[in-house]
Amino acid sequence: MALKAFFPTCCASVDSGLLVGRWVPEQSSAVVLAVLQFPFIPIQVKHLLAQVRQASRVGVAVLGTWCHHRQEPEEGLGHFLEGLAAVFSHEPWLQLGRERGSTFWSCKAIWRPMSPGASGQDQVMLIFYDQRQVLLSQLHPPAALPDRQAGDAPASAGGLAAVFDTVARSEALFRSDRFHEGPVRLSHWQSEGVEASILVELAKQAAGPTCLLFSFLLSLLSAVGACRLFRLWPLPSICSKLSTCKQVQHRLEHLSLIFSTRKAENPAQLMRKANVCVSVLLDVALGLALLTWLHGKGHIGQLADALVPVADRVAEELQHLLQWLMGAPAGLKMNRALDQVLGRFFLYHIHLWISYIHLMSPFVERILWHVGLSACLGLTVALSLLSDITALLTFHIYCFYVYGARLYSLKTRGLSSLWRLFRGKKWNVLRQRVDSCSYDLDQLFIGTLLFTILVFLLPTTALYYLVFTLLRLLVVTVQGLLHLFVDLVNSLPLYSLCLRLCRPYRLAAGVKFRVLGHEAGKPLRLLMQINPLPYSHVVRTYRLPSCGCRPGLSWSSLCRKLFLGELVYPWRQKGDRQD
Amino acid sequence: MEDEQSFSDICGGRLALQRRYYSPSCREFCLSCPRLSLRSLTAVTCTVWLVAYGLFTLCENSMILSAAIFITLVGLLGYLHFVKIDQETLLIIDSLGIQMTSYYASGKESTTFIEMGKVKDIVINEAIYMQKVIYYLCILLKDPVEPHRISQVVPVFQSAKPRLDCLIEVYKSCQEILAHQKATSASP
Repeated sequence: MALKAFFPTCCASVDSGLLVGRWVPEQSSAVVLAVLQFPFIPIQVKHLLAQVRQASRVGVAVLGTWCHHRQEPEEGLGHFLEGLAAVFSHEPWLQLGRERGSTFWSCKAIWRPMSPGASGQDQVMLIFYDQRQVLLSQLHPPAALPDRQAGDAPASAGGLAAVFDTVARSEALFRSDRFHEGPVRLSHWQSEGVEASILVELAKQAAGPTCLLFSFLLSLLSAVGACRLFRLWPLPSICSKLSTCKQVQHRLEHLSLIFSTRKAENPAQLMRKANVCVSVLLDVALGLALLTWLHGKGHIGQLADALVPVADRVAEELQHLLQWLMGAPAGLKMNRALDQVLGRFFLYHIHLWISYIHLMSPFVERILWHVGLSACLGLTVALSLLSDITALLTFHIYCFYVYGARLYSLKTRGLSSLWRLFRGKKWNVLRQRVDSCSYDLDQLFIGTLLFTILVFLLPTTALYYLVFTLLRLLVVTVQGLLHLFVDLVNSLPLYSLCLRLCRPYRLAAGVKFRVLGHEAGKPLRLLMQINPLPYSHVVRTYRLPSCGCRPGLSWSSLCRKLFLGELVYPWRQKGDRQD
Repeated sequence: MEDEQSFSDICGGRLALQRRYYSPSCREFCLSCPRLSLRSLTAVTCTVWLVAYGLFTLCENSMILSAAIFITLVGLLGYLHFVKIDQETLLIIDSLGIQMTSYYASGKESTTFIEMGKVKDIVINEAIYMQKVIYYLCILLKDPVEPHRISQVVPVFQSAKPRLDCLIEVYKSCQEILAHQKATSASP
């Protein structure tokens, strides 16, 4: 197997020295982590390596020598570097060299002659990698790496995951910055010194107590919420049906996640926390923008003034619609008596509704003002409230729909059972199946009579049902759009998306290689780059769970329910979860 | 070492296969499709605009014209960025892996790298495509739990769809490297 040497690009121009890194025997690859500079004392080097080995549980060792000829090749240096193989023994001993004039490097792997399977000099491949990007990146999907407690066990994950793991785990080696003066001088990727901003330090100091305080407040709030007064009969059922309550609960969970004092254990949890935080911040910012817009320049007054005429207008249109239905709608000839009865019934309802709205009209502005205040909890809460208000304001449409649906379902059920009577069958309730049955002549006569009546009355009811179902669906669609937007804000992983946009190497789907060039007799040189995760994968991986206040009905079951005249509730029923 | 050969794809279009032998253990195959021709671009644009002018004379609404311009621009950008693939390369590196890259006409690259440990074999397969049977090269991936099973089949040169003669050339070279890989990994 060809020997692979992973070499950091930042070390390509440093002075000659020793290569420090890890040897992965399964892949026969050497991961160079740093270059050790002259002068050094071998005991100190071994001591440092032992320290790093203990801290990172990676078998870091001296892998070989690095020889950079800036001037004319010096004979002495070469001999000196060869001599070092005796001090730091390693199998195989790598000799990397860079000539001054040429872009091609020389690389030799020397196996000890008596070791088994030693083929003298092996084929060598040089792979350059950006140490910082590999250190910071996170492979997706996360490879099943051996537990850190398992000690120095070699990573059983695939070859490149082992490389990533090695670089990420030996962070202890990179801790020293450029200005570090130690007994041993290492060259590797270095930060530009620790940033010492007063604000950052203050924020770090303040973060702990703030989290404690807020988590205490949140626990107080949840304790208040759990008290017995709120468990009385109507409140829980109402709360479970109002999307505002659900949204507020959802946000409270988010806040308790953000301010929880427990440290995030793995990168996925950290990312989730950051996503939740950004989502809440964006939500509140949008809500505050809405608040300033609403409360400035008297927009609320305008809205309140516009609301009552709009309701009046809707009621008027409905009245026209009903009058049209009571005549001969679209040239259909309806049953006149039933038509008149139904029409008057609905007209009276509209009348009731209008008087209700007019009774409310002096308080609309006050109500809107208070509702507008809820926007400071976030745009999503305000939108959920808007959705609930829409549901309340269009209650008459819901009522019409329910009456129509009940009548229609009565008709369809009656028709279906009478159709069974025709065929000499009946529904056996005990066995839950259709049995054959012999009817009397009287029964058949009455059944036929009823069937005829129902068939002739069906178009009238069906028409009313159709019209009011369409109205109801319109309202449901508006509410659905609002919920869709709320879900979008709730579940979009904005932080991950920004990270993908600005630092593509942080979320890695894998790697890609570029061939840098090859010359006969010299090792092949490859450049390893991070292949960023596609946006669709980012969204799929880091999507936050939505609060699920939408009624979860599939299209087919919705159509079936509409056709049979069963009620479509605006909220999630307990029975709906099965389908 | 580099050489270039001309082949045809399943519909009879011209394809250029470039082979680059970087080293005995690293080979690259590059299939280039013909570029977007000016003739087809002009034809499509003219059709869209003629239809738009026809509608404009009927309705006398200038929104249709702006919509036509918008649709042409967005459609062209989308086509170049998401649909039209100019070049597909297959880079096979011994003991490291296989990399497939597609270069879109807009310059976008999409890369997939498969580690050698996951590759079971490379084969030429038959498939029914529309109304004909075509050959395609594909990489068989090992099941991580049971190494003798195949978990996934990854097709190569999906957009170029070269004919069998071109596939055989690529297949032979890939098999050489795979055989070398198997021989060296089995010996120690």
